[in-house]
Amino acid sequence: MARLKDLCQNPELFSSGHRACAGCGEALAVRQILLAAPQPVVGIMPTGCTEIFSSIYPHAAWQIPMIHTAFETAASTASGVVAAYNFHKRQGNIKDDVKFIAFAGDGGTYDIGFQAISGALERRHKFLYVCTDNEGYMNTGIQRSSATPYGAHTTTSPAGSVIPGKTMPRKDLMEIVIAHSPAYAAQTTIALWNDLVTKVGKALAADGPSFLNVLVPCPLGWQHPGNLTIEMSRLAADTCFWPIYEWENGRYKVNYEPKEKKPVEAFMKPQGRFSHLFKGDAGKAIIDEAQRQIDAQWALLHKRQEAFGAA
Amino acid sequence: MNQRPRGPVLTGAHYLDGDHACAEGAIAAGCRFIAGYPITPSTEVAERLAERFPRIGGTFIQMEDELASIAAVLGAAWGGARAMTVTSGPGFSLMMENIGLGVMTETPCVVVNVQRGGPSTGLPTLTGQQDMMQARWGSHGDYEIIALSPSSPQECFDLTVTCFNLSEKYRVPVMFMMDECVGHMTEKVVIPEADTIDVWPRRWYRGPRDKYLPYAPDKDGVPPMIRAGDDHRVHITGLTHDARGYPIINAECQQICVSRLTDKIRDNADDLVMVKEEQLRGADVVVVAYGISARVATKAITDARKKGIKVGFLRLITVWPFPEKKIRDLAGKVGCLVMPEINLGQMYREVERAAAGKCRTMLVPHCGGWVHDPEDILKAIIEGAK
Repeated sequence: MARLKDLCQNPELFSSGHRACAGCGEALAVRQILLAAPQPVVGIMPTGCTEIFSSIYPHAAWQIPMIHTAFETAASTASGVVAAYNFHKRQGNIKDDVKFIAFAGDGGTYDIGFQAISGALERRHKFLYVCTDNEGYMNTGIQRSSATPYGAHTTTSPAGSVIPGKTMPRKDLMEIVIAHSPAYAAQTTIALWNDLVTKVGKALAADGPSFLNVLVPCPLGWQHPGNLTIEMSRLAADTCFWPIYEWENGRYKVNYEPKEKKPVEAFMKPQGRFSHLFKGDAGKAIIDEAQRQIDAQWALLHKRQEAFGAA
Repeated sequence: MNQRPRGPVLTGAHYLDGDHACAEGAIAAGCRFIAGYPITPSTEVAERLAERFPRIGGTFIQMEDELASIAAVLGAAWGGARAMTVTSGPGFSLMMENIGLGVMTETPCVVVNVQRGGPSTGLPTLTGQQDMMQARWGSHGDYEIIALSPSSPQECFDLTVTCFNLSEKYRVPVMFMMDECVGHMTEKVVIPEADTIDVWPRRWYRGPRDKYLPYAPDKDGVPPMIRAGDDHRVHITGLTHDARGYPIINAECQQICVSRLTDKIRDNADDLVMVKEEQLRGADVVVVAYGISARVATKAITDARKKGIKVGFLRLITVWPFPEKKIRDLAGKVGCLVMPEINLGQMYREVERAAAGKCRTMLVPHCGGWVHDPEDILKAIIEGAK
């Protein structure tokens, strides 16, 4: 269990002065992760929101060495960096125990970078891959990704008289990652800061590839006021829209059981991207279906925990 | 007031940017399939079609990357659709292998590239004309391609229709080489009545079923096409193939196959080349330009004429196949060809090659991120007139 008064002693490796939107969940995630990471750390980052708002001079915020790579190759570039580090480590050229973290968005992970992460997990390069998942291509103006939830409006899943927003459920990336048997995989969100920093510690201590899927609300794309970012993150966990769990050594563990599982409307209602669903019966049917999907996913996760849980 | 029902073609005068005009051009050309992946500064084309298509029966698929986008377009074209994808530099690079597949399988489709500054991620939001050679040579192997370049939102509409027509006529992927400035520039765009827009049909095979050979060419070197689901058993492949479409891995078949792919474009270059000529007769200097650079050059040309210099203007609309006959003819008649382009000399190399030393040639380069200062072009014109 991390303590805030300890964490705040750590150096701020993601500094202020970047140009993220007010209330950006992604900036909070990166800051929390770097606060929790043992030093020294090297970063790898593909194109995406984080890269745009945190790297352009004079708004550069990274106090660690960082390589910005092509959109589809965060995990591949990380593979190369780690392999070279291992070589130099063996040669005795590097004494420090360096940690490597790739920070990619959902577009760069679920979609265009999917092949790269699969390859890196299979080859078992030892680095942490963090997906800061804001559920869409927000940097290019809010297009759908395969992380965009069922029913959400984006510019390329536009809600109108013919289609009701995105008609497909999100891709279950965690299960795909787990199918590669990584050293550690977990899902969390920024409101649960202690869960997040604990998982960062576990992931970086793991002997092999590790993966963190971090839900980061996006006021611009989700269309909620910037002061509700943490609230949206908390509601994602409390509605079980975003289950908080981890997978380690073949075992599932649900890390956060809401005291009272809230209906998904509580998460959707404050967000403009779902506003079309609250205007009539057709929208109600989609919300019901979203609830059904969430309930099924939550039940399945508990079955997995039961079947493959702690001994 | 126009009382007729609003069809797919938005006949009338509009105030549109180039990206949206391109989307409307695609609809007017009968395109009902687009696969794409978000990338600045081209995303608006896809966004407009994502919104327009559901109401007119079109299909927009946002793919997982650009490899998938162009591959889906090839699939859709063989499924019988007029298909298009839209991208910019980094996505264009990812598409290259499948563009080659499109050339080899003679798949009609349109690839729109709203160019930005490169290399690599470069300048996502700022202009460039740096993929001009990649459009020609980006995929491996020997082939010929068609590429057009618009200078205004109106041309983004008009020439998108032309791109589809040429892709159908020659059965080749056609590159539409926009640039960020033209894509994001908003101007008046007039969309004509639907029945006055010249849309060329696919070259469907109409002969007896048992006689169809997918790669047996008509007289102009281009074979007719069938679609998946028609009652033909065909084999379509990126391997070197004979008229039946079956892979034949030897030098003789390679000679026949590749020669025809290149000759069908080369032999029809006169049909394909579109340029805009202005005051070429008696000119001492001719400015050769395309895309947004052609718009910027007009200021320099006007200023040079005020100074008494005889300046002609050759605007390239077709950039590939390169209008080399035009350049060769001009080179024998003028003192200097001046070419501004937002790169370090891509199409300029072609100008230099075609001029073959018969006149001076001058490049006005620009690394990208903004357009030329017309003063720089004017200086080159003055220098060229000496």
